[in-house]
Amino acid sequence: MGEEFHASKPIYLQIVDKISQQIVRNEIKPGDKLPSVREMAVQTGVNPNTIQRTYSELERMAIVETKRGQGTFVSEKSEIITELKSQMQTDIIADFVNNMRELGFTEEDMIAGLKRYMLEKGNRHD
Amino acid sequence: MIEFVNVSKKYGKDLSLSNVSFSLEKGKIYGLLGPNGSGKSTTLKMIAGLVLPSSGTVTVNGKKAGRKIANEVAYLTELDMYYEPFTVQDMIDFTASQFKDFDMEKANELMGFMKLDTNKKLKQLSKGNRGRLKLVLALARKTSVLLLDEPFSGLDPLVRESIVTGLLKYIDFETQTVIIATHEIDEIESLLDEVLAIKDGEIIAMKHVEQIREEQRLSVLEWMKQTFKE
Repeated sequence: MGEEFHASKPIYLQIVDKISQQIVRNEIKPGDKLPSVREMAVQTGVNPNTIQRTYSELERMAIVETKRGQGTFVSEKSEIITELKSQMQTDIIADFVNNMRELGFTEEDMIAGLKRYMLEKGNRHD
Repeated sequence: MIEFVNVSKKYGKDLSLSNVSFSLEKGKIYGLLGPNGSGKSTTLKMIAGLVLPSSGTVTVNGKKAGRKIANEVAYLTELDMYYEPFTVQDMIDFTASQFKDFDMEKANELMGFMKLDTNKKLKQLSKGNRGRLKLVLALARKTSVLLLDEPFSGLDPLVRESIVTGLLKYIDFETQTVIIATHEIDEIESLLDEVLAIKDGEIIAMKHVEQIREEQRLSVLEWMKQTFKE
């Protein structure tokens, strides 16, 4: 328990995001079994009907597959994970670009700003 | 299934519930939210058959709620009242003797989960552990309806957390409907399917928690504040 959720987004989608991130970071690997709906509910402190919705959404996105009587498994198709990774990158870039545009920055400003940032601070994590 | 049709309740001159109608489905957790004195406890007691409506009908699984409905409804009171000489084990045995549906195996599992010492006397327990014990007694019964009246009130965050986890672990979602009456919704927001807002004896709104986020981009707490201001 003890997880905080944002008010502005349905909880089931916030858990979709969280699981997607764990898959992209390879913390959950292709072919891994996800916890049962009940286990996941207990872990996150979230209503099982909400978790069921999360799993249905992940299934719709083809990120997981439900095998009857066995549980829910992360897809082993590498192209799906690659696609997910690139989708998440695009989403973050789109947010960044929109925010910058709202502040009145041009494309050149953005690229220059990003380059300068990477040079000054971006290497820290390596 | 629980259904209220045009239900009113008067205590003397005071109107506690005023022409209330709603229905609740199986397999869901509902939050009954409202300030003190809004009619939350009266609503729960009516479902439990402990209070009868002045007018209108309350049905549980198609049967009119009354004293006999106690076989189908587990009710956790908000009161911290107990029989002092009893030990935890005495309390469990007593509850088991009163209800045929009491599942001793589940009670023992719950006692382990809540880390309660069965030999302790009730008066030696902390308020938090008495809160945990009340939940054990309610969850150990195989009833189709589980009513919790202010299960978190006056309890510290650790106890609240163990109660939320206990509910998620041990509610039987296939068969049970759970209603939690509370004015402290902060920690249980993610636990709920739907919320009913009650004010001055009237249900002023009923919504899916996720719908509130999706359509209004509000947490239940923020939504409550708005709803009750209007």
